[in-house]
Amino acid sequence: MSSKEDYELVVGLEVHAELSTKTKIFCSCSTEFGAEPNTHICPICTAMPGALPVLNEKVVEYAVKAGLSTNCSISKDSKNDRKNYFYPDLPKSYQISQFDKPLCNNGYVEIEDDFGNSKKVRILRIHIEEDAGKLNHNEYSGGSLVDLNRAGVPLIEIVSEPDINSSDEADRYLKKLKSILQYIDVSDCKMQEGSLRADVNVSVHKKGEPFGTRHEIKNMNSFKSIQRAIDYEKEKQIIDVENGKTITQETLRWDDFEGQTSEMRDKEDAQDYRYFPEPDLVAIRLSDEYIEDIKNNLPEMPESRKERYIKEFKLTEKEANFLVSSKAFSDIFEKAGEICKNYKAVFNWLNSDISRILNEKEFEPEQIPFSAENLAELVTLIDNGTISSSIGKKVLDELFENPREPKKIIEEKGWIQISDESAIKEVVMKVLQNNPQSIADFKAGKDKALAFLIGQAMKETKGKANPKMLTDMFLAELKK
Amino acid sequence: MNITELTVHELQEKIKNKELTSEQITKAYIDRINEKENDVAAFVTICNDSLEQSKKIDEELNKENNIADGSLKGIPIGIKDNICTKGIKTTCSSKMLENFISPYDATVIEKIKSEQMPILGKLNMDEFAMGSSTENSAIKITHNPWNLNKVPGGSSGGSAAAVAANMVPWALGSDTGGSIREPASFCGVVGLKLTYGLVSRYGLVAFASSLDQIGPITKDVEDSAILLNVIAGHDEKDTTSYDRPKIDYTKSLKNDVKGLKIGVPKEFFGEGISEDVKAKLKESIEVYKSLGAEVEECSLGAVEYALATYYIIACAEASSNLGRFDGIRYGYRAKEFSDLKELYVNSRTEGFGDEVKRRIILGTYVLSSGYYDAYYKKAQKVRTYVKKQFDENFKKYDVLLTPVAPTTAFDIGQKKENPLEMYLADVCTVSINIASVPAISIPCGVGKDGMPIGMQLIGDRFSEEKLLNAAYTFEQKIKFRENYKPGFNK
Repeated sequence: MSSKEDYELVVGLEVHAELSTKTKIFCSCSTEFGAEPNTHICPICTAMPGALPVLNEKVVEYAVKAGLSTNCSISKDSKNDRKNYFYPDLPKSYQISQFDKPLCNNGYVEIEDDFGNSKKVRILRIHIEEDAGKLNHNEYSGGSLVDLNRAGVPLIEIVSEPDINSSDEADRYLKKLKSILQYIDVSDCKMQEGSLRADVNVSVHKKGEPFGTRHEIKNMNSFKSIQRAIDYEKEKQIIDVENGKTITQETLRWDDFEGQTSEMRDKEDAQDYRYFPEPDLVAIRLSDEYIEDIKNNLPEMPESRKERYIKEFKLTEKEANFLVSSKAFSDIFEKAGEICKNYKAVFNWLNSDISRILNEKEFEPEQIPFSAENLAELVTLIDNGTISSSIGKKVLDELFENPREPKKIIEEKGWIQISDESAIKEVVMKVLQNNPQSIADFKAGKDKALAFLIGQAMKETKGKANPKMLTDMFLAELKK
Repeated sequence: MNITELTVHELQEKIKNKELTSEQITKAYIDRINEKENDVAAFVTICNDSLEQSKKIDEELNKENNIADGSLKGIPIGIKDNICTKGIKTTCSSKMLENFISPYDATVIEKIKSEQMPILGKLNMDEFAMGSSTENSAIKITHNPWNLNKVPGGSSGGSAAAVAANMVPWALGSDTGGSIREPASFCGVVGLKLTYGLVSRYGLVAFASSLDQIGPITKDVEDSAILLNVIAGHDEKDTTSYDRPKIDYTKSLKNDVKGLKIGVPKEFFGEGISEDVKAKLKESIEVYKSLGAEVEECSLGAVEYALATYYIIACAEASSNLGRFDGIRYGYRAKEFSDLKELYVNSRTEGFGDEVKRRIILGTYVLSSGYYDAYYKKAQKVRTYVKKQFDENFKKYDVLLTPVAPTTAFDIGQKKENPLEMYLADVCTVSINIASVPAISIPCGVGKDGMPIGMQLIGDRFSEEKLLNAAYTFEQKIKFRENYKPGFNK
């Protein structure tokens, strides 16, 4: 018997990212998510007889951007192909994709391996294709209803080489890819809306031996599930090999509830897609100038933002890493900081309370419902003493629940800080009067008594008293 | 005056001179359709409301003191039933689309509507344009006006028969491997297959996307030039259409072929071509010589492979193009099915005719893994080779002269049960589509059976002007329409 450590895991990922173009890849219908079924459709994306596709140039531009940002070489001579299969969500009965001449080839993404070293995950290709529609179960009739709003939404498929050797690496690769796509602004990568999906290829082999046969887990749309599925498959395949079973090529689906994979039914493994060049579209020819132009206009990438944060805002590398890990964080940081001029405070909010709430709600940073302006205002309100930082936290909760201007929130809730000297003095005197024991304790050297007294005063004012003034006044009275 | 005997350019004159109204013209055609449809069976849908349109157009025409030269306002037209017309059924002569009404107009229909030409109806065809006799229509069998026992050719058989029978002044057809030219030849009318990309395919129900082109079927060459003026041009909805300067094709009709270099590829006169056809073509060559053209024999050896290449490429594309007829969103859906797969299989089995199924199966086969290289990929290579041979010939010749079909129109039912023999009817026409070049079919006489014989002139890509002039000059000399008329014999 060999032990688990004798095995090496090999993972390759095929990531599908929906591009955030305003219109579909072959017609001018909107790509907006969440519309009433079959309202973003036309003769082209419903495959009416005689309708023809016209390639949306933005899609090519976005794919080239993605290729350049992942160190791919861009093909100047590319084309579209038809992938033929029948399914009700595929109106033409073929998907227009790219077969043997993808737009981008041979790139890589740099990640950290499990030992903290830098590692390149090679990218075999990136190609453009169209998304299919969606089948909705009809609760009334029991049948299925086809919604073609998503049919023709542009996708890029990013195919990695099998360079990933752990589920953690897979997670880091996916996060890195997501961050790149967000930074170059070609995909919003909203997992919950299915804008980022992955097919995961997993195999195991004994160290020093050739690669094992792979299992493909289809259509995963959560990073956590992908990690779990990889770990599950690794375990299962090692046990199978140990038990002398031959691993055959399989297409699987992941059941997140049961925490296991199962073979996909009726998906013939030997599906023959009969790829051939799409005769309705002309070849895609790109000039050197076109590619160069896109290259020169790529937005600032996370690495460069990180360096800037360390240099300009005196953040530590760890802090800067946290910010650039998400474009949403990084964008809010820059914008809010610019407005309120207190970058450190903005960072702290993002790093602590905002991150905590996102975690609790299981939200992605891009789902933060309020604006950078809101956060900047919150910081300013604390900085100028209008509210205390403990009220600030309550304001933040409000911003998550029902985003509006923080000023309005504190007005509505009556949370404006009491900074009026006589009002505070009144509270201080009242609290001292009611707590003679604490005065005695303080005088006996117990500093905790001061905190207790301040707490009592806060209780009295429902947290609205200016804490600095409160502390100063207590100290002055106690030392009398 | 018999209105329906007139060509479109003659009708234009009469409208301009206020000798005829649009209503009179359309009425004459509707009457003629009612008179002849029982015999010819050219129409899938007759649009009686075209008469109402004509009345409205007349109101406008009445207000115009000086009707513009070249105006087609009020001149009706017939449309092959695979070109999408909003609000009028587009059936492709298939059970699959028997009740299908397109939600949009094809680009050529938009152009026709902007000229204010009333649509008389939709014309019969082989199902999904697959066939050479219009016998593959699931709607009806069209009869050749010259002899009602004969086929009108196909797939645009309804269009050609209707023009020959004076049931429409002119019509639009589509040509994938000869579907305009062969029926034009069988029915003694003029059929023009254009350079691939000269006319938008948007709204033409696709059979083989890289080969399909819409084109005119008319009584004479001048009418072809006029209709070409209407339909030609780049369309941003069809990226395979070309952006080229606008041309007035009627200006190319010079009635002069002195010095024109005509090549006669010997491969088109071999075995299988009837003696009747050969004899008429030889006479035609003499006519050209007498008109001052330089004619010599040439070679186009690659055409030997054109038919096989054509059937591989056309069927491959068709197998994919016809996948959308799945019974899900529109078209025929089987009544009986127990799961998704059965819904597909039963709908397509019941909705498609035999020839369509045969080509889908062929196309699926040649694209399948393991066979792709041997068939589809090889066919693409041969296609390049055929193109190259045409290119070489066009370095030497302005046009090439060949038969359109090996024989005159054959009897209804004669080849129906023998698909291979039917495919051979396309032997002279398919290489033109393979090479993406234009060709025109014009009548050059009748055979011993009294049926028309067509001559095919082939030009280099975008040389329609040269082609039209060569055809026009010949037509003016032999005056076919004045000498022969369809007899509606039974």
